[in-house]
Amino acid sequence: MPLLDVKDLSVTFARRGQRTVRAVDGVSFSVEAGEVVGLVGESGCGKSVTSLALMGLLPKQRGVTIGGSAMFGDTDLLKTDERTMRDIRGRDVAMIFQDPLSSLNPVIPIGIQVTEVLTRHRGLTGAKATAEATDLLNRVGIPDPTRRLKEYPHQLSGGMRQRALIAMAVACAPKLLIADEPTTALDVTIQAQILELLRGLVRDSGTALVMITHDLGVVAGMCDTVNVLYAGRVVESARRKPLFADPRHPYTTGLLGSVPRLDAGKGERLHAIRGSVRDVLPWPDGCAFAPRCDRRVDACVGEPPALVEGVHRHAYRCVNPESRTVEVPS
Amino acid sequence: MTETLVEVDDLKVHFPIKRGVFLDRVVGHVKAVDGVDLRINKGETYGLVGESGCGKSTLGRALLQLTPPTGGRVNFDGTELTTLPAKQLRSMRRRMQMIFQDPMSSLDPRQNVESILTEGLQAHGLGGDRTERRKIIAKSLDAVGLPQWALSRYPHEFSGGQRQRIGIARAVVLNPDLIVADEPVSALDVSIQAQVINLLEDLQEELGLTYLVIAHDLAVVKHISDTVGVMYLGALVEEASSDDLYRQPLHPYTRALMSAVPVPDPEIEDRRERILLAGDLPSPANPPTGCRFHTRCPWAQPTRCRDERPGLRIIGTGTHRVACHWAEQIESGEIRSHAVKAELIADGAGARDAHGALETALETPGGPVV
Repeated sequence: MPLLDVKDLSVTFARRGQRTVRAVDGVSFSVEAGEVVGLVGESGCGKSVTSLALMGLLPKQRGVTIGGSAMFGDTDLLKTDERTMRDIRGRDVAMIFQDPLSSLNPVIPIGIQVTEVLTRHRGLTGAKATAEATDLLNRVGIPDPTRRLKEYPHQLSGGMRQRALIAMAVACAPKLLIADEPTTALDVTIQAQILELLRGLVRDSGTALVMITHDLGVVAGMCDTVNVLYAGRVVESARRKPLFADPRHPYTTGLLGSVPRLDAGKGERLHAIRGSVRDVLPWPDGCAFAPRCDRRVDACVGEPPALVEGVHRHAYRCVNPESRTVEVPS
Repeated sequence: MTETLVEVDDLKVHFPIKRGVFLDRVVGHVKAVDGVDLRINKGETYGLVGESGCGKSTLGRALLQLTPPTGGRVNFDGTELTTLPAKQLRSMRRRMQMIFQDPMSSLDPRQNVESILTEGLQAHGLGGDRTERRKIIAKSLDAVGLPQWALSRYPHEFSGGQRQRIGIARAVVLNPDLIVADEPVSALDVSIQAQVINLLEDLQEELGLTYLVIAHDLAVVKHISDTVGVMYLGALVEEASSDDLYRQPLHPYTRALMSAVPVPDPEIEDRRERILLAGDLPSPANPPTGCRFHTRCPWAQPTRCRDERPGLRIIGTGTHRVACHWAEQIESGEIRSHAVKAELIADGAGARDAHGALETALETPGGPVV
């Protein structure tokens, strides 16, 4: 049984007088213990809303509808009450956010923010909690942790803040860690440090990691399984190597062709995808990518393409998929 | 022989740090740009790459005299910009335009596209009468791939990629020689990034533009540039043609930067060497003595690195310039890399503290990068 099994997750936002927005539309994926699963996509594809829904962090108010299920052991993360969720959050499932400055409290020292988790979930107090917090900061590579514990978030650099946030997330050795664009706000050399830290944590503690990112390079170096999201749907999902070696969905190939590569020769033109996600709102009933797709056929419009299961859990939602063996019809 | 369009000599921009309420005492300087030499050839693209705080944006602005340089010279097509009277500098500005990172904050939300594009023409007294001007604007809209109905719309009605196209149209409408593009694609989604990069390349070919592209993304810079300059703490540490730089990075910082860029290919990612730099960028208000990179350099040597600041020198044949005392020895493998302890960087003061340091070992020392 997988550690986390998300089935048909859908999130809609409705506002009076405006059309309903389907931010997430039937997303399914599963995470095995100790596995690194990537959710890749551009802004607006629903990757962050997915993670907030799983953490029970979406506002519970009129207009926000969450459907589907997310089984974590015996609990459904989407339907459980707030009390149970508070016990799970931080202890079994933890999250790292994109911008460490806005997810840390600016007026409370780092030390108190780290020990808060330890007190809440592990019952550690006083000197014991401080000692554990020092140890945590040490583990995530923060130099001179005793001093850093007394400092405020603004006194730390961006990379250090992200390390502090990771320290808080792994404080209770969670079974599942959700990282939402953990390195997007950081410089590349700092990004490399943080990714290495996450790799080490996954390797040593057996924590499963859901990595949400827009960067295919990060995915290529970290994830075991990759889910590509577009307009709230998983359009392709595969193990890491088959996805990059044999991408089937035109959006995946389009994304791969759009990234300037360090190892490409000068003068090679990028294969940009035309248009943008926002051109066709609301997204059509058929394949949402169809208006931007070069391989569009009549069957693309009308109803959402079904998930085609290929070999080795390689699945994609496309009626006219790319293939390395067959030539592209013009 | 290629002609040089821009010549920058020993350019310096120092910002004073002031303390006190009534009497603004100057207590120090942030040396954002501290002695940069570079040449940009006509019709070519010069890429400036570096991490945040390295001074790359300040250098771009100082080159256009948007930030007054503290010292040094900027020569634009035979004219000395640093000593040029304000009025002449203003008319010179037509020939050097800028594209900004965030198209939302660099476009006036209350001006429609037509007004945005006309403003520059009017300021420089170009385009003659209204119909003539409309023609020029229509042409530049066409060049950047925007429909004509865009003219009456306002910036908020466009997507990020389209807004960036408006910013580019505003620059090309004046028919400039040089465009300084500061992080032109970093605010955009991957698929839109590719469109804008392709557009910049097309425009260069059609209009014979010269670019200075400033970006933190080495892959983007390498893709678009003929020559790449790598900046660290206010100075160039390496400069080479983009192919040379990729094939044979000589400065330890360039090597580390290159190994840190993720490549969307699992085969490469799995077997590449990673050089992890320890710690953060030191404060530019109090940069390390000697080579500014020595505090984080895995190849730092006990002699020279600490007390002698290396200048750019040509290595091998041609144009590959590097600011490292030991570039040849590192390249030949004579000097091996070692673990570096991360140093604590206190705010502003740049004070150092070595205890509780983190050891960042290299996975495989030496060897080629990537």
